[in-house]
Amino acid sequence: MVCQFCKLKEATVHVTEIADNKVKKVDACAACAKEKNYNDPAAFAIADHLLGLGAAQKMEEASEAVGTLSCDQCGYTQADFKKSGRLGCAHCYDIFSDGLDSVLKTMHKDIRHRGKVPAGMQSALAGAHRLQSLNRDLQVAIAQEDFESAARLRDEIKAFKAAE
Amino acid sequence: MSILDFLVPASEACLRSGPHDKIVLSSRVRLARNLRTVPFPSHSKKAERIKAFETLMPAVKSLTLLGEEIFAESMDKLPALDKQVLVERHLISREHAAKNAGSGIVLNREENVCVMVNEEDHLRMQALRPGLQLRQAWMAIDAVDTALQEKVEFAFTERYGFLTACPTNLGTGIRVSAMLHLPGLVLAEQINQIIQAVNKLGLAVRGLYGEGTEALGNVFQVSNQMTLGEPENDIVERINKVLLQIIEHEENARLSQMEKKPAVLLNHIGRAYGVLGNSWSISSKEAMNLISFLRLGVDLGVFGKTPKSLTDELFLRSQPAHLQLAHPLREKLGSDERDLFRAQMLRERTALIPKPDPQALLGKREEGSPE
Repeated sequence: MVCQFCKLKEATVHVTEIADNKVKKVDACAACAKEKNYNDPAAFAIADHLLGLGAAQKMEEASEAVGTLSCDQCGYTQADFKKSGRLGCAHCYDIFSDGLDSVLKTMHKDIRHRGKVPAGMQSALAGAHRLQSLNRDLQVAIAQEDFESAARLRDEIKAFKAAE
Repeated sequence: MSILDFLVPASEACLRSGPHDKIVLSSRVRLARNLRTVPFPSHSKKAERIKAFETLMPAVKSLTLLGEEIFAESMDKLPALDKQVLVERHLISREHAAKNAGSGIVLNREENVCVMVNEEDHLRMQALRPGLQLRQAWMAIDAVDTALQEKVEFAFTERYGFLTACPTNLGTGIRVSAMLHLPGLVLAEQINQIIQAVNKLGLAVRGLYGEGTEALGNVFQVSNQMTLGEPENDIVERINKVLLQIIEHEENARLSQMEKKPAVLLNHIGRAYGVLGNSWSISSKEAMNLISFLRLGVDLGVFGKTPKSLTDELFLRSQPAHLQLAHPLREKLGSDERDLFRAQMLRERTALIPKPDPQALLGKREEGSPE
């Protein structure tokens, strides 16, 4: 079989794509395949294999939405993720979080951690939650024109911040 | 000290016993953790891996929880045979056995807490227990993790929990698993139904050495797949509940086979005894499948007072690295030589087991009938 692009060399890369219920077959030589980005179908398969079918495509869609991303700390790219199904460093989770959530949904019970929290984080998290809830109460009190409560909450927030 | 001197002999390792150990061979809980400031091992440069290694090895070694007598070594210092023995004892993963400089292992004297440094994550730490003891294993490794957090800072976010190289381990980083011996369900041809049911509950069923391995010797590994969105305790309890159900099904399958098809059972057990006691060349696959029936025979009382530790020892000693270790020359054996040597070891050991006594299975049915 001859390459459908250059029509010169022997086609060695054969890809079957199914998009919108249409089957599209590609038969290309190694050089054209590389040029047209059909070079590494296995790259998709690994992410799919590890993270469930469709994971690679979801990442792809997410990356199209945000453009080409790479981690500014370890240099990991979206393509690296597709190839290995893994991330490069802790910071990657911030960088790739948009695409990641849809992937995580398919493989986990939920996309929020509900397990163990490091002891050092516990008080910090509890503090942040407390502050959030005080602020929320303050907004409610102001909206209801309950200025007595609002004044008390304001003092509490001030004291809390001072204690931090 | 070599790891081979540190580990107790196979015969002793198989004496460990725990609840439900007729069916549950062992329980394990593994946690994945990473340092906050160093890229994950799979994506890090050699210098970064060494940095993680040099941060973590001393931290793990200094844990008083592990006791004073520990084995700690860099993977490049371990000969291939030693690494393979560790894999066959289920102390390290096959992936970790392939690691060299920059990766390490720390093991405690009881051989029930093992920490891998720079596997897929900076830390893979696991607690092992004989029989069904998932809660105990979780508590043990939870304590190790808590103690370590006082020494090093792990990658953690409020939203995603503990960060791991692979998103499949994200959150708790926990993998709770148990190794099950299920010959009854296999014989009753119910095993596929059970596997499907267990899969539906979000649990994975795998072979003897984990991911991508065959269920040799009717041994299956059940583990959780989801790690994010649930507290560790819920995951442990759910698997515990599922395991208790599998145990019940396995017990029922054994009972109903004894009731309905005692001859089929005796045939399997008797032939296993015959072949293991008389073969002169045997592959590990055939050996493991036969030893499984021998163990079933021991469970059912067909072999008098033979302890199950003896069949477990046969199982362990049939593995390639353990065989090589027992060989007088300790040289690397070719697979043909290995099959010969395995058969010899099995013949000698099976000779210690009394002939199967059919009355143990048939006795109840034929009570009162002439001997």
